[in-house]
Amino acid sequence: MMRVFEGLRFRRIESPIHSLDPRSKAVFLLVLSVLSILYSDPLTLTVLLIIQIPLVCMARVVKFWLNSLRGSAVLMIFIFGVNFLTSYFYMGGFTFDGLTMAAAMTIRFVTLIGAFSLFFLTTTPEDLSLALERLKIPYDICFAFTAAMRFVPDIALEAQSIMDAQKSRGLELEKGKILERIRNMLPILVPLFIRSFQRSMELAEAMESRAYGAIRKRTSLYELKMFRNDYALIAFSITFMLIIVAIKNF
Amino acid sequence: MIEVLDVYYTYPNGFTALKGVSLTIDRGECIAIMGENGAGKTTLIKHFNGLLKPTKGAVSVDGSNTMDLSVAQLSRKVGLVFQNPDHQFFSETVEDEIAFALKNFGFQEDEIKRRVDQVLERMGLIHYRQSSPFNLSGGEKKRLAIASVVVFNPDYLVLDEPTIGQDYLQKREIIEIIRSFLKEGKTAVIVTHDLEFVVDLRPRIILMSQGRIILDDTADKALSNLKLLDEASLLPPQITELAYRLFNPPGLEGVLDEKDLMKIIKPLLTRRVKQQ
Repeated sequence: MMRVFEGLRFRRIESPIHSLDPRSKAVFLLVLSVLSILYSDPLTLTVLLIIQIPLVCMARVVKFWLNSLRGSAVLMIFIFGVNFLTSYFYMGGFTFDGLTMAAAMTIRFVTLIGAFSLFFLTTTPEDLSLALERLKIPYDICFAFTAAMRFVPDIALEAQSIMDAQKSRGLELEKGKILERIRNMLPILVPLFIRSFQRSMELAEAMESRAYGAIRKRTSLYELKMFRNDYALIAFSITFMLIIVAIKNF
Repeated sequence: MIEVLDVYYTYPNGFTALKGVSLTIDRGECIAIMGENGAGKTTLIKHFNGLLKPTKGAVSVDGSNTMDLSVAQLSRKVGLVFQNPDHQFFSETVEDEIAFALKNFGFQEDEIKRRVDQVLERMGLIHYRQSSPFNLSGGEKKRLAIASVVVFNPDYLVLDEPTIGQDYLQKREIIEIIRSFLKEGKTAVIVTHDLEFVVDLRPRIILMSQGRIILDDTADKALSNLKLLDEASLLPPQITELAYRLFNPPGLEGVLDEKDLMKIIKPLLTRRVKQQ
């Protein structure tokens, strides 16, 4: 599970993908997401997955990207299992259709995880916030969003410390029936929530002491600007979408 | 006895925190593990109760390899107290917080009550038994964290940075807790930056740097090695530093607190007074 979070965390690497405008990357992400929800045959979905690979390589985040896919392996198996079983009961037995359907759902999931992972691995939280502001979203909301993203790895680390402390007091997380296991999560979740509240209070105080909200209209140090590469990616995304739609519908 | 044999540990992110650490901790010893941030101290102590298992090498507690035992089994013997008490409190009352480990280890109800009472008394928390752990002061929280481990009476007590955020009086209280624990013939391992704090206990000093042990010696010898302390980014006790400035080294060892210094200075001063 931690791996998934790791795969969504920004990595500071110099690459043509990292220096793209978040808006152009968002267009690409949007195109992939829409297409992968629109179509549900394994072939199209696989194409949507494969098309990401050159970008992942260009961004030099192959390791992290694969890690986030690997981290969601449990969910993949779950999705495959549930879909396969549903088809088994609906279609009355093992069928090729049932198998392809389950496979397609799993590939769809991988495609989406991959696309989001690529986006977040290569986009700084600050850029993301700027992009959201450009979309006329109120700054408070943009800030809350980026702060949340920013704290995910910290909270993951904290969860680890809490688990270590409770295990050292004899808590066994892998033991017992399902109900007992859920109850055993309490000693982990309570401190984690309390720490998160404390942290947000601390953050609020620190922000106020730096005059957050003192003036209504904020300006930013950096302005987002689209370059040639950005237009190229947007053009590519739209063309790609048109081609897929064309192939699928005619 | 805890035996650490040529242990290497690499975190999943690829960082190697321990690079060939060997160490034997005997029953009844008092040990201070010191060193700069990131030296591998916390990584090392997490091997003592099996939270981490060595990538290479072996750790054994009283003869059994930590690979073969669960964290719960090992924790029964090796009690680890972590740095931040806020990372473990979840109960509604101080009492329940202390009883948590006992319940996990399957103690009987009346035994739990007896032990909780005893430890509340010992740690000076008796008036807070019905309070919420979150309403305690920083010092009380620390004592509660220690209490919640001491209560199951482990043979080894391992404390990670117990003095962080504690004032002088609270530090003295922690020292007294450790001292009384040692008096029972138990073993204490303390991870700390705080030399002034450990001096009173005269522990065996393990100095770590970049994943290796660079010194393993008595407090008298280790804390007088100013050059090595400097390399490990540690400040010597102020008295030691003063003694060094007063009486040119080398040849001065084990002057760690005011009593040691008195022993040297008093004869000199009385001679001077007599001469006058």
